[in-house]
Amino acid sequence: MHNVVIVGGGPAGIRAASILVEAGLKPILVNETKQAGGQGYRAPAKSLALDIKALMGSEAGKYQRLHTLFASLQERIDYRPGTLVWGTHEKVLHTLCDGVAGTIPYDALILATGATDRIMPLPGWTLPGVFTLGGAQVILKDQGCLIGNRVVFLGSSPLLFLAALQYHKSGASVAAVVDTTPLSAKRAAIRDLAASPRTLARGMLYRTALHMAGIPIIDGAAPLGIDGTDHVEGVRIKDRRGRERFIACDAVAYGYGLKPETQLAELAGARFQFDPDFRLWLPETDADGRAGADLYLAGDGAAIGGADAAEASGALAAYALLADTGRPQPESALAPLRKEIERLRRFQRGLAKAFAWPVEQAAALSDETIVCRCEAVTVGEIRAAVRAPLGPREVNRVKAVTRCGMGRCQGRFCGPALQEIVAGTCNAPIAQAGRLRVQAPVKPIPLHAAAELEP
Amino acid sequence: MTTKTRVVVVGGGLIGTWTALFLIKRGLKVTLIEKGVVGAQSSGTNFGNLRLQGRHPGQYPLSLRSQAIWEEIEELIGDRCEFEKTGHLYIAVNDAEQEKLEQHARVAESHGLVIERVGRDELHRRWPWLGETPQAATYSARDATANPRLVSVAVARAAQRLGVEVIENTRVTEVSRNGSGFAVKTEIGRVLECDAVVNSAGAWALEIAETFGETAPMFAAGPPQFVTEPLPYRVTPSIQAVDGSAIFRQIPRGNVIFAGYPRTAADHVLNRAPVPPVKTLNGMRSLMKIAPFLKSAQVIRVWSGIEGYLPDMLPVIGESEVAPGLYHAFGFCGHGFQVGPGVAAVLADLIVDGRTDTPIGIFSINRFKNAVQVSDKLAREFDMPASSNSRAG
Repeated sequence: MHNVVIVGGGPAGIRAASILVEAGLKPILVNETKQAGGQGYRAPAKSLALDIKALMGSEAGKYQRLHTLFASLQERIDYRPGTLVWGTHEKVLHTLCDGVAGTIPYDALILATGATDRIMPLPGWTLPGVFTLGGAQVILKDQGCLIGNRVVFLGSSPLLFLAALQYHKSGASVAAVVDTTPLSAKRAAIRDLAASPRTLARGMLYRTALHMAGIPIIDGAAPLGIDGTDHVEGVRIKDRRGRERFIACDAVAYGYGLKPETQLAELAGARFQFDPDFRLWLPETDADGRAGADLYLAGDGAAIGGADAAEASGALAAYALLADTGRPQPESALAPLRKEIERLRRFQRGLAKAFAWPVEQAAALSDETIVCRCEAVTVGEIRAAVRAPLGPREVNRVKAVTRCGMGRCQGRFCGPALQEIVAGTCNAPIAQAGRLRVQAPVKPIPLHAAAELEP
Repeated sequence: MTTKTRVVVVGGGLIGTWTALFLIKRGLKVTLIEKGVVGAQSSGTNFGNLRLQGRHPGQYPLSLRSQAIWEEIEELIGDRCEFEKTGHLYIAVNDAEQEKLEQHARVAESHGLVIERVGRDELHRRWPWLGETPQAATYSARDATANPRLVSVAVARAAQRLGVEVIENTRVTEVSRNGSGFAVKTEIGRVLECDAVVNSAGAWALEIAETFGETAPMFAAGPPQFVTEPLPYRVTPSIQAVDGSAIFRQIPRGNVIFAGYPRTAADHVLNRAPVPPVKTLNGMRSLMKIAPFLKSAQVIRVWSGIEGYLPDMLPVIGESEVAPGLYHAFGFCGHGFQVGPGVAAVLADLIVDGRTDTPIGIFSINRFKNAVQVSDKLAREFDMPASSNSRAG
């Protein structure tokens, strides 16, 4: 019996499952959250009276289609919600469900693990009331809560406008949307962005809607810090004319786009290469998502592409798996999918320029700024370690010496900034700073999880 | 480019860095060459125990000499490296283990170490967080811990300040005879002419030994280790179950660090030291049994290291039998951290004085000319056949 396991219950994972089911397989679909749909199309908790149509806006149709597809699969897949995959070794997944450790052996594995927020430290970013952009959205969709009453959306990301609009519609007062990338960079990226005119138009629509609602949109500002004594009180920025401004608020949604969650891919044997456009280390795959023997990657967990690309790449990964196990698929089904992904990922490269990762902000950070919030390691400690005699110049060694990236999140959030700070301090290209290696558990697991296991 | 120096130390781990420091303090010009960066391999990834209890009987003079150096680390290198005299609690869960503790204690006492016997009631009174299973323990107050991630780098810096040339990210490609001394060639074509070579290249040390026709049946392995999130500081001593199923300590910032047997085969060529998740889970269960209050603690990180092991579980220390002036110190079988500075002091004695007062005869590489007695630890502490993991190529 061919044991196929899909990790991730978002658009990529669900679509991959549907292709495998059509081919007569019964895959296991493991989903970390209780609700399917991934982060973007996450179904709200059943107890919430949330108007999902209003929340999803123009994407409500796609949301509905994905959840209908998922519902139709329920009887034909082995669905494991609320199950964290914390490691994989020799073709066995190690799981945690309801506090109990378990295993799932596999013959072939599709990883559709999605993405998480990409964060650049800023003075005050660890104050209560500061949330990542994605986190602010999840709190709204998953629990029907707002992160505050008067919220500033800060950073640079297409999600900035979407999340601000969702908050506005849900009754929050949006104090301002501050995009750190200047409009000129957006105009320069227009050629790549034209690869997906519909998405481009939608983004402009969000912006217009915010503008119509009287919400200030500030482009090309440099964030100076988030102020407050024991809670957020406001955001300090320098606008593009060089004027310092203070925007009072009680919460900040902060982020610079997304980064793939590649921990399991690494543990399963994927290789990585540095992508200069995204300034991220991404897993190497072929056009259909093959990343190694019996290993397939799909969705934002392979490369940021958005929900549509995730669905297409989930289908492609499933087709590749079927072909590799002796069930050849018609080229006619594959070519349009490949083209679609190519187009959508080109669009994402445009987005990476239009909503830029703030390299210069890393260099400008004050020494007191915390980089690693788990271990409270500051920029100054990292710079001092690197500059010391025999100081480390590679992030894993910097981690060993400073503890940056050694805590609960294992560098998932501080890793990209750590790379910038190390490279900047050494005056070396970013790729030379390397990337933090992964070990299982990819997320914390409690000791008692092992209590029931046979030694 | 050819330069002259007195001693070339190959391998910038704990042994190599301390040796460089002691040699320059005794007036010798020293060059330290490290293929990667200083202190990154097992010297920097080990558990951090400076354990005196339960050592091999023949190792006590060396271990005690080493502990005296550890106790002066701050004066010697200007950095404490989180050295703490935590004490070491050695725990038995049955009569057979208790008997074993007693044997260990007698050996340690014969070398002047103070060992306290702790019965069940006192054990639970002094360390009330212990679970039900421990029935007796021995306690040694002189045992200590330090932070391995910091030590080798700090020692290398101290050596550098005194004038040791430290060359990182450079492989030694050839060591050859040059008159009565040696010529050491590096991958960038530099040649160092010297009187003596210290082979402290850890799991990679056979490359140099075999150049001169000497070898040892060394294989690479590492213990599974993990650390929890920070918790309130409660566990002051370093704790070890006699059967090796749980070795743990808590650092003052709160994290609990764990190691436990069996060890896992490592690959020194591919530079890999895996931690199979099953071993993490086994360790979690063992830890929970001895310290039930940790049951809700979250494990946040695991790691291992690439350590050289020999079948009699003793290191190779001493001058080469076939190439006078070449000094070996490798294969520390997972217990090199405590003994490292002492080994370095011995090497400095041998190189400067031609002799040492610390007995090291049993560590000679010569012993592998005949069949050595395989340690019973090999069956207990490893789950792979040692022979199949012997160094390949």
